[in-house]
Amino acid sequence: MLIRLNVNGEWREADVWPGSSLLAMLRDDLGLWGTKNACEQGECGSCSVWLDGELVCSCLVLAAQADGRSVGTVESLGREDALHPVQEAFLEAGAVQCGFCTPGFEVAVADLLRREPHPNDETIREALSGNLCRCTGYQKIMDAVHLAADRMGEAAR
Amino acid sequence: MPVVERAGTVTRGAVVGVSAPRVDGTPKALGEFAYASDLWVEGMLFGATVRSPHPSARIRHVDVSAALALPGVRRAMTAADLPASRRYGLDFPDQPVLAEDVVRYAGEPVAIVAADSAEQARAAAAAIRVDYEVLPAVTDMEAALRADAPQVSEHGNVLRHLRIEHGDPGAEADVWVEGYYEIGMQDQAPLGPEAGLAIPAPDGGVDLYVSTQWLHSDQKQVAPCLGLPESKVRLHLAGVGGAFGAREDVHMHIHACLLAIATGRPVKMTYGREESFFGHVHRHPARIWARTGARRDGTLVNSRVRLLLDGGAYSSSSQAVILNASTFAVGPYEMPNALIEGTCVYTNNPPAGAMRGFGAVQACVAHEAQMDRLAAALGIDPVELRRRNLLHTGSVLPTGQVIEGSAPAREVLDRCAALPMPADLPPAFRDRVTLPGGAGNVGRGERVRRGVGYAMGYKNIAYSEGFDDSCEAKVRLERGPKGVVATVHTAAVEVGQGLQTVLAQIVRTELGVDEVVQQRADTQVGSAGSTSASRQTVMAGGAVAAACSRVREHLFARAAARSGAPLRGPLRLEDGRVFAGERSIGVVDDLLDTPLEATEVYRHRRTTRLDGHGQGEPHVMFAFGAMRAVVEVDLDLGLVRVVQLGGVQDVGKALNPRGVEGQIEGGAAQGLGLALLEEIQLRDGKIANASFTDYLLPTILDMPPVVSAVVEEPEPGSPYGAKGVGEGATIVATAAVAAALRNATGRELNRVPVAPDDLVGISGPRTSAGPAPIPDVPGPRPVFEYR
Repeated sequence: MLIRLNVNGEWREADVWPGSSLLAMLRDDLGLWGTKNACEQGECGSCSVWLDGELVCSCLVLAAQADGRSVGTVESLGREDALHPVQEAFLEAGAVQCGFCTPGFEVAVADLLRREPHPNDETIREALSGNLCRCTGYQKIMDAVHLAADRMGEAAR
Repeated sequence: MPVVERAGTVTRGAVVGVSAPRVDGTPKALGEFAYASDLWVEGMLFGATVRSPHPSARIRHVDVSAALALPGVRRAMTAADLPASRRYGLDFPDQPVLAEDVVRYAGEPVAIVAADSAEQARAAAAAIRVDYEVLPAVTDMEAALRADAPQVSEHGNVLRHLRIEHGDPGAEADVWVEGYYEIGMQDQAPLGPEAGLAIPAPDGGVDLYVSTQWLHSDQKQVAPCLGLPESKVRLHLAGVGGAFGAREDVHMHIHACLLAIATGRPVKMTYGREESFFGHVHRHPARIWARTGARRDGTLVNSRVRLLLDGGAYSSSSQAVILNASTFAVGPYEMPNALIEGTCVYTNNPPAGAMRGFGAVQACVAHEAQMDRLAAALGIDPVELRRRNLLHTGSVLPTGQVIEGSAPAREVLDRCAALPMPADLPPAFRDRVTLPGGAGNVGRGERVRRGVGYAMGYKNIAYSEGFDDSCEAKVRLERGPKGVVATVHTAAVEVGQGLQTVLAQIVRTELGVDEVVQQRADTQVGSAGSTSASRQTVMAGGAVAAACSRVREHLFARAAARSGAPLRGPLRLEDGRVFAGERSIGVVDDLLDTPLEATEVYRHRRTTRLDGHGQGEPHVMFAFGAMRAVVEVDLDLGLVRVVQLGGVQDVGKALNPRGVEGQIEGGAAQGLGLALLEEIQLRDGKIANASFTDYLLPTILDMPPVVSAVVEEPEPGSPYGAKGVGEGATIVATAAVAAALRNATGRELNRVPVAPDDLVGISGPRTSAGPAPIPDVPGPRPVFEYR
């Protein structure tokens, strides 16, 4: 079936099989490999994207459900010469090891900071409890969120 | 992402000892880093695997005709289609590429298919009919030792048995404590799934882009199964999304190569999460019986330990895991007398193999619980009892091996005990998320009790028992458009731990250059050995440092030959200039009219096998770790919140301090997982929870803050004095959390993971009729030889 959606500000379409998830369409049909597939059950958050501005696990959304809607992926955050403050903070804090969870975490953190510019530890932990990281033990991810919040707060002032 | 031959990763910046930023950081943060599951090439096919649903069965017939009739299906293969060797394995080839007449575990591959799309491949796999005759299965590790047990392997059910006799195993003690312990089967659960892309080559060979820990070991195992010489099976490292031991063994490698060669098309295979649970080995479940004796003053006198590990259906690295569990069975303490008997058995459970900590984790759960029991029996503080008995340089281990290198166990423990304690606010003054059950809104902290526990452990770095462990590195120094460039090529695998960054730091330190290019790891350079056993910083680091050192010698020789005047003082390299003593004799750039290149192989000192009494010098060097866990238990609900983990590790020298912290914090999380959450549940040999919905990994809500410190006492003979850092925290974290839970509840808790039912007393301690019988097999030599 033909699915047309707005990805990162650009209308894209692909002919997908009816059972295709949004995640599969992004990766296999649109070549947006930054969104990762690690569990396909909505447990790990590696496939986090925005659907009409709302944070979702793209493995749990059918491509057909996203038809005509707007999707934001990790590719919308930053570029090599202009990293998003969250991406910068992840690198500076040492929150990236194998990096497989990183795109999903960055999207979830950017979403959190949009809603809650200065979250405390407990708020961060609750907001990110849907994202699994197997490498870092989360300590440096906590550091990265605080660092990004501080930087973005300063920039907004 | 398309497979492209990149020029290599280019970085500038920091030297050894500095928290240099990751060389692969920016692409990972942008989502542009190509993991194995992201690989793509025009016209590729997709592979899928048919796996046995039975732990033990005879295959009567496999019918692929229905699958071949489906749209888009290009090829189906069973054992009958295999062109050459039918078995592979890490230490010896006992694992069928595709099951032949029998299957030995639920999840064993029986057939493979290739189709135009992933969906078509999955549909084809589902259409393959296998007629099984179900056979009796051995699904309990003690049952495997019974005389009437069905034989799982053609080699019998004993994979390896070890007996280590030390001093006088009959020596008397004033006080004895006795315990029985069980450790569940843990999954490495790297987030990146098993994946790879096999591309047939015009020379009849194949190029395999794959996520792995050891390219050359894979090549050795894959080539014979394809009937090809190793030179025609070229492996290239694809981006690795975590490993933790799960990628030690071959996964989709041979299957994808077989399908690629058979179809003449590139074939990609990626496991989903469920298949991943069947597609790699797991941590060995263990049962340990221990009896520990001491004098009244707390001096350890004697220990008797019986260990039983479930190796599952195939050998993988089990021989080395049981060696580790056995040699570390009494913990990092001076024990003048001991009798240690370790057995690893074959069963019809899924194969067990490498996972971070590699046998030392299971041993630590038992020896640390024994130390706490002994402390209680003697009325001595648990930390003080450990302190009185710790190993040090010069100590004799149960194998008779004398610790010759650094062993700052005392400092590690003391610094751990001195780490700051977390605040202890009453529940009413806290965010509910910080209470046991608070995040799920089921607890309000009505009857919460805090507990503190300690664990101390140690482990070998690099490969043991006489294994010829080596790493090759090639370094080239040349002029680039913007100055001097050093290019490094090794086959050493980056799994996320930060190896590439450390290697770049070493090059900058040794050659005084800024720009370092790192080529993709592949089999076009000599073996690097595995990224495991906490060995790669030492081994690849040693090889790169040695190759740099050789390049420097060439450079100095060139400088000396061209200087015309006699040189005084030692030659050195700094900021792109060559110095003789304090005098600059030239600019490196000028000397590099032709590039300089060197290839060096690094080997650590030789080790030996154990003799008939378990005596020898099996290990290269040792790293010590300590952890303190602070937990809170809701005594009504049996729910736990870990409040803080405090870890101290003996690292020799931290080459990238922030990277070391990351290893301690991440390692602690995996240890916490085994203590509280993570277990592969087996029902009659079948995995009942092969998903992240049912196999629980610690989330950011489960993990507390980790406070950590390192002790830097250089290891003699090791590059920069460094020891490996990958496993220390994982080894001690599980035991420390279990100790803290015992401290909070007063319960025995002799099984990990500890369940809520254990904490409230619905389930009592696990019991045993007594130590497992000793199998009648020859001495402690490996049953099979390393290849």
